[in-house]
Amino acid sequence: MSRPEHIGPPELFYNDTEAAKYSNNSRIIDIQMSMSSRAVELLNLPEDQTAFILDVGCGSGLSGEAITEEGHFWVGMDISPSMLEVAVDREVDGDVVLSDIGEGVPFRAGTFDGVISISVLQWLCNADKANHNPFKRLRRFFTMLFSSMRSGGRAVFQVYPESPKQMELITEQATRCGFTGGVVVDYPNSTKAKKIFLCLFAGTPVSSVTLPQGLGDEEENTVKYNSERFTGKKRKRKGEVTKKEWIAHKKQKMRSQGKEVTADSKYSGRKRKPKF
Amino acid sequence: MKLLTHNMMRSHCKGAVNGFPLKLNFSQVNIKEIEFNPDFINRMLSRLEWSVLVDTATQLGVNEGLPEMLPENQEIDDEETLKKIHHVLLEVEVVEGELECPETGKKFPISKGIPDMRLNEDE
Repeated sequence: MSRPEHIGPPELFYNDTEAAKYSNNSRIIDIQMSMSSRAVELLNLPEDQTAFILDVGCGSGLSGEAITEEGHFWVGMDISPSMLEVAVDREVDGDVVLSDIGEGVPFRAGTFDGVISISVLQWLCNADKANHNPFKRLRRFFTMLFSSMRSGGRAVFQVYPESPKQMELITEQATRCGFTGGVVVDYPNSTKAKKIFLCLFAGTPVSSVTLPQGLGDEEENTVKYNSERFTGKKRKRKGEVTKKEWIAHKKQKMRSQGKEVTADSKYSGRKRKPKF
Repeated sequence: MKLLTHNMMRSHCKGAVNGFPLKLNFSQVNIKEIEFNPDFINRMLSRLEWSVLVDTATQLGVNEGLPEMLPENQEIDDEETLKKIHHVLLEVEVVEGELECPETGKKFPISKGIPDMRLNEDE
């Protein structure tokens, strides 16, 4: 299955049919909700404080609902009219704005306490129109995003990077625009469950500067240490033929076929030294 | 589009230096009740452009006694006043209308409460 961003631009990919999935398909809804809750968790907002959050690529408002559930206010941006219409129909709590994030973030300085974005950034890395320059668009987005955030705020992006190179491209542009931060990976050893979150800090965060821990089974990350010595000698097991026996058998077979066979000696089928 | 959002938005046209405030023309406004959260309102006070809020509220006809200016410490204790601010910020929605960049004149239509902020190639 090819990646969605290779099929076409997001405003066409997320048409009415696709948008309907985000209201009806329970699997899609579950995944989106869990990623959104995790992203809000990674924002590490002060407890018991209602924050003002920006949802980049809010789509049908699923991720916004996760923000509302955590008790915060939000504003969403998305490029697909179909998806935003679904959001309005569902009467989500946040305002939604139809815009192309590659053109920037139309908000005043210091507006947002935090930013989340679910499954969006990889779309910005593709040129969907002749005049699109992904570098420029990424930079314009990150520059304006940085200024729209309060100092110390965090921006958490759940992404599906096409390759490590694409991830590098994104993080490089983000760093150029003043962001610090890093990547948090949940369940790195599972292809299905693995999720990548780019966590960016706009200025020194109020809480600790350390990157949050990724989720995952502790055991999966380590190799069990085996203190046994591997002797290297192959022992004959019941029913198995040793190499020497096999060579002897083959030679006998060839003799019966009338072929020329070297004479047997104590050296036949002997294990050679490693340098051989 | 709520008035809180309008107060936070600015034009991102390439030619615009500030792009704020966006001129608002409206043809349909809705009132929708939202749960009162005094803590949030107080926290947002310092981020608002107060004069723009008062002007816009007056323009829409929903200014029912907003204070002319905010106190020095930008905190309000009086619950009545906070409720009035809450009403204006979160309960008034512009459903149909238009935003206009104050510097370039670019118009952004608002339809079903969604402002269309998309730019053209040369903007």
